[in-house]
Amino acid sequence: MTAETDLRARGLADRRRRLLAAWADAPGLWGFLTTVDHKRLAARYIVTTMAMLFAAGMLGVDMRLQLAAPDMHRMGPQGYDESFSLHGSTMLFLVSVPVMEAMAMWLVPLMLGQRNMAFPRLNAFSYWMYLEGVLMLWIPHALGFTPDLGWFEYPPLSGPAYAPGHRADVWAQMITFTEVAALCVSVNVVVTIFTMRPPGMTLGRMPLFLWGMLVASFMTVFGLPAVMVVTSMLIADREVATHFFSPSGGGDVLLFQHLYWFFGHPEVYIIFVPGVAFVSSIVETFSRRVVFGYVPMVVAVLAIGVLAFGLWVHHMFAVGLPKMGADFYTAASMAIALPIGVQIFCWIATMFRGRLQLKTPMLWVIGFIVTFVIGGMTGVMTASAPLDLQLTDTYFVVAHLHYVLVGGAIFPLLGAFTYWYPKATGRMMSEVWGRISWALVVVGFNLTFFPMHLLGLMGMPRRIYTYPAEMGWGPLNLLSTVSALITVVGAGIFVLNALLSYWRGRLAGANPWGGSTLEWATPSPPPPYNFDYIPTVDSVAPLWTRDELHALEGLSLDSREVLVTTLVDAKPDNRQKSPKPSLWPLLTALAVGVMFVGSIFSPWPIVWGSVPVAATIVGWFWPTRPRAQRGPLRART
Amino acid sequence: MSPAQSALFPAAEQAATQFDVLTLMLWICGVMYLVVLLFVALAIWRGARARAAADSPVTEAADPTLSRALAIWSCVVVLGLTALVVGSFFADRSLAAARDRETLVIRATGQQWWWRFAYRTPGGAWVETANELHLPAGRTARVEVGSTDVIHSFWAPPLAGKMDVIPGHANVLDLTPQRIGWYRGTCGEFCGLQHAHMAFDVRVESPADFDRWLAAQATPAAPQSGDPSVARGQVVVTQGQCAECHTIRGTAAAGKAGPDLTHIGSRRSIAAGTLPMSRGGLEGWIEQPAALKPGTNMPAVSLSPSDADAASAYLLSLK
Repeated sequence: MTAETDLRARGLADRRRRLLAAWADAPGLWGFLTTVDHKRLAARYIVTTMAMLFAAGMLGVDMRLQLAAPDMHRMGPQGYDESFSLHGSTMLFLVSVPVMEAMAMWLVPLMLGQRNMAFPRLNAFSYWMYLEGVLMLWIPHALGFTPDLGWFEYPPLSGPAYAPGHRADVWAQMITFTEVAALCVSVNVVVTIFTMRPPGMTLGRMPLFLWGMLVASFMTVFGLPAVMVVTSMLIADREVATHFFSPSGGGDVLLFQHLYWFFGHPEVYIIFVPGVAFVSSIVETFSRRVVFGYVPMVVAVLAIGVLAFGLWVHHMFAVGLPKMGADFYTAASMAIALPIGVQIFCWIATMFRGRLQLKTPMLWVIGFIVTFVIGGMTGVMTASAPLDLQLTDTYFVVAHLHYVLVGGAIFPLLGAFTYWYPKATGRMMSEVWGRISWALVVVGFNLTFFPMHLLGLMGMPRRIYTYPAEMGWGPLNLLSTVSALITVVGAGIFVLNALLSYWRGRLAGANPWGGSTLEWATPSPPPPYNFDYIPTVDSVAPLWTRDELHALEGLSLDSREVLVTTLVDAKPDNRQKSPKPSLWPLLTALAVGVMFVGSIFSPWPIVWGSVPVAATIVGWFWPTRPRAQRGPLRART
Repeated sequence: MSPAQSALFPAAEQAATQFDVLTLMLWICGVMYLVVLLFVALAIWRGARARAAADSPVTEAADPTLSRALAIWSCVVVLGLTALVVGSFFADRSLAAARDRETLVIRATGQQWWWRFAYRTPGGAWVETANELHLPAGRTARVEVGSTDVIHSFWAPPLAGKMDVIPGHANVLDLTPQRIGWYRGTCGEFCGLQHAHMAFDVRVESPADFDRWLAAQATPAAPQSGDPSVARGQVVVTQGQCAECHTIRGTAAAGKAGPDLTHIGSRRSIAAGTLPMSRGGLEGWIEQPAALKPGTNMPAVSLSPSDADAASAYLLSLK
């Protein structure tokens, strides 16, 4: 018996050594630049988005200080316009969407028991494109030509006549960078979830987390092309006088708004649905119970994904639409409250019937429900065509969108960060400091943004850099500013907690929270090859239904191979070679970056710039990989 | 707080309709929110009490009681939403309904960053003014909004919700004010640097007062002041640079780019709500427009201090 155990242990050690040799990156800078490890790339993505979150948050504080009292002169209109433009564009395009994509990139393969995603090099390309997008917005800011027309730049204000210079082009092209990056990850997530689920994980046994990420990725694939098209049309109007949006040339300024919001509304759900995915995972683990209502939950998230594309006109009720048309969009917009209401019910029901453990991630979920539901309610109010005419473009909408995006996505994100932190780092974050930061952020946030509802109803428009004292908006604005500072202190504690725990946190072990899904079945932090054996599953909560997972053998130990399974039943289908580290994604991203940046100054870089792009893509796809090994896959004995 | 620009103190039929929708919303959403909070509190209380029980996680998700509760909850949500959709539909109908056959037509043109208002007099002529809207109580005014540059939004919260002012699009907004008083409107769509200073005053008055006001606006400029510097001011304004952009009817000043100044002294504020109307305010605005409203299209005119003072005296006398 002892000898057999010994043999097994030695076999396992040998297996790990060989897998490590096949999957580990080269050391040092070369490894950093060439890696295709989804965990490294996603961690890099997350750290960059967190830096952006900090920068954009500081801009928010700066604006709050300016608005703390009436008739302040610490910022002029130009500085204020740049602040809100940079704040909104960074938060939407460089924080919210990419951080959700990054969480998917980190977690999806682990939750599928896989060694990497379907297109590892596309992940690397995506990160470099995203990083170029960050630089595209922030280097011009350092050089003094910051975009200054908000996060949606309506023509004709952003057209050639009223926005000379390159501020608007910078904004439009930053979007192209980040949307290319987001599309790459989304396609990758969809294909990975569809073709690389572990044997036994039929569509009906997919964790709700994966459903959420799948729907969000599909929405990205359908929604983002609209904004890339519209910003490219804007650049064309500005650069080669195409007149898409100029009434005097036969264009229509409303075309921009339709195309923009056809992306812009799904965008909100692209950010919110991953939040839903985090919440489902956290509620399940800390209620010690499988989430109630699997089918209603899946149907609800699919319904959100479909309905989200039929609501964009509610951003445009004031443009003078036919009343009947507006009322249709009112009904469609309100309808989305039903699937969200169903989800809220299922989470609360799970908590109610479960055995609740109020650890920090769960506290974030409670903060999410209490805050986000207010955002949902104000969303229903703004969905009403007649009422929205009073609310749109006021501080009411500022309050609403922060309740939805911060309450609905950032709170779950912070919960998810705390929840998966031990998996990523091997150490726990401090519970005590976690609770303190949670309390400060949730209370501070609500005190910052709740008064804004009232300010909006009292007639305060958004995007004004100052206001006269006789309007009487001073006291509520002061409350809002003071509370924003409280929120910042809480957020600072959160960041310090994350940093210090990296070195000083308690060791976590593989499954510190007692989670049910596959990512908890591998050591923390996971090795480069993720799993010793490819697990197979037979329920939606595999770690709860079995003491030991069944596993497959038959993938190569000495080269990079992943398992491909069928779409619906997840039956093993074939093996696929997984690409090795490569510098080509970085080179391609650089070539594309040169073309994109050049194209805001002249149309010609699109012509000559396509040559290096083509060259690097040829290098990327040069067929060098041997075929996957043959032979049967078999259950591990 | 000031009710002058607040949607919470409606002074016209349209704003009142919108306020009713808000009230309905607050009731239904408020009750739903309290129900959610109650459930969360119950779940925390019950879920935390159950902690001491057996330790292995529950993997059976089915629960007939909860399924029934979910069905009931969904019905409640659907009923609530239906009430809101229906309420909102009828409110929208009522906003669109024509209230008055003999409507008063007003053209409101948004420009960076002020409002040009033009009234059609009973005689059929158009009379122009700026940044101050006068409306007769109890009558419906039809505001035809237009833009000469970028997108703005016409918004006087106590009267009605916004109507976007879009180049290339003809939008109209009906206003039926009910309460006499001073109100304030502003631009509701970001329109560039001075979006914050694109306000207008609204005076709702009795129909008789309104008719008198409109008749007075239609008359040419007539300085009403005994101040000796007014005559000098008239020369400065009507024969200097001011006249290139501004019209003062009855004088040589006939510029079209800027606001009509024929009766500027009768208005409540200067530069689209930037400053209250006063002689000092006018003088400051003439001498240093960019300091008071950075980015404004009004150029600084170099006048000697005594000329600037005379010009402001003259403008203030144009009642």
